[in-house]
Amino acid sequence: MSDLAWIEAALTAARPQAVGALLRYFRDLDVAEEAFQEACLKALKNWPQNGPPRDPAAWLIFVGRNVAIDGVRRRARHTELPDEAAVSDLGDAEGAMVERLDAADYRDDILRLLFICCHPDLPATQQVALALRIVSGLSVRQIARAFLVGESAMEQRITRAKGRIGKAGVPFEVPGAIERAERLGAVAAMLYLIFNEGYSAPAAEAQARAPLCDEAIRLARLLLRLFPAEPEIMGLAALMLLQHARAAARFDPAGAIILLDDQDRRRWDGKMIAEGLALIDKAVRHRRPGPYQVQGAIAALHARAKQAQDTDWAEIDLLYGLLERLQPSPVVTLNRAVAVMKLRGPQAGLDMVEPLADRLAGYFHFHGVRGALLTQLGRTAEAREAFGRAIALANTAAEAAHIRMHLDQLMRSDAAVGAERASP
Amino acid sequence: MLYAILCYHSEDVVCSWSKEQDDAVMARVQAVEDKLARQGRLGPVARLLPTTAATTLRKDSEPPLVIDGPFAETKEQLLGFYMVDCATLDEALDTARDLGRANPGGAYEIRPVSVFRPGGSVG
Repeated sequence: MSDLAWIEAALTAARPQAVGALLRYFRDLDVAEEAFQEACLKALKNWPQNGPPRDPAAWLIFVGRNVAIDGVRRRARHTELPDEAAVSDLGDAEGAMVERLDAADYRDDILRLLFICCHPDLPATQQVALALRIVSGLSVRQIARAFLVGESAMEQRITRAKGRIGKAGVPFEVPGAIERAERLGAVAAMLYLIFNEGYSAPAAEAQARAPLCDEAIRLARLLLRLFPAEPEIMGLAALMLLQHARAAARFDPAGAIILLDDQDRRRWDGKMIAEGLALIDKAVRHRRPGPYQVQGAIAALHARAKQAQDTDWAEIDLLYGLLERLQPSPVVTLNRAVAVMKLRGPQAGLDMVEPLADRLAGYFHFHGVRGALLTQLGRTAEAREAFGRAIALANTAAEAAHIRMHLDQLMRSDAAVGAERASP
Repeated sequence: MLYAILCYHSEDVVCSWSKEQDDAVMARVQAVEDKLARQGRLGPVARLLPTTAATTLRKDSEPPLVIDGPFAETKEQLLGFYMVDCATLDEALDTARDLGRANPGGAYEIRPVSVFRPGGSVG
């Protein structure tokens, strides 16, 4: 890896900690970001000559703080400009400084930085954009590309979001245990939003948006290092790893969706699966189940099945039952119905799905699942109608194409599909 | 003499590598490993999952305490190791330098091995 690539990785890695600490010093997001930028510029000049510092984050905080204070002084014309070499050459000062910076401060700094991005006044897309800009340090152009909007529109969106959190006020007091737990919950939800921005992208956009999945996983690992005994954060990291592990198998070369049952499991990423399974094992030991852990455990059961027919649907059904109690939602019940169909046949699945009709009338997947169940029961005309509704509600061309494929199969095999049954 | 070359690096940095960067490092490291293997000097090699996947069993209490995370909170973490047969410490250091050129940043601890059982019962 070239010097530059190494330095860029180090700057990215240090960013949440450094910007978080600078925000604590200056209590102003713009000043903190600017100070960090200046420190990065100095690092790019200094590090190739003097070698990387032992603690890049501490170096960047120290230099960034000095630069920003100098900037304030310069504007106030209190003192003359300092010698730049004095700022960029830390020498022995670094060791002593590292000792002064408390690990506990860092933890709350990073959590605060993430937490201000999930202010409840901000719509989800603004939360995600803001976090990618402030915490991850992606350029506006990179974020705009991931959201498939123009650069100036994204610039406006981020500026508006910053204005809102500026008005709301950043919570600088050290959080108590309850506040910390609440912040952690909000941040976890936001990380999953970032992940889903990448994961839910159709094939044509998957490549541009996959970095969002990687970034969400990187931030979840960071959060887990700060809070190593939080089972829900383990569950979240595991869920994202186990889902992202399937990335290479989710679309065919033409961009059509390949369902879990039909994916080539040899294309799943073994390393991500191993990490996800390890995290689920760790989380379960705490015996404090939560929605991320349960969803992670369901993903783990899919990951453990070498072939689709090896899937432990009975256990998945139980886990969805638990998820229904933890986080009641018709969408969870819909997912459970698929497990029930695998276990007890299409009629049992349909019995579970029908009562959801009112609440999920506008939901693409509801009509897709219902259509598939009706197809298996040989109720072709009703299946066709359900698939028709699904197509009308499809969010992407690939979703619509996938349903059309079901419809084509219906046309071709006509009523003969009634004989088809899912394997238990 | 068998040496363990223990790889320490900042996990934050390694987790910030893009897949392309990671693949490039792994390919260069593989070339060094291939050379060692041809010389008949390469033993087991392991790359460890991030410390977030680690669990620690503290044996200094009864019953032993299970703690989430790595044993030590350090700036740089143990991320993997190589076992290499080297005639002298100088040769071990040369080998570590070769590996270091393929994978810069962080540190290698070069540690002579006292007991080695190759195992061989896992695939």
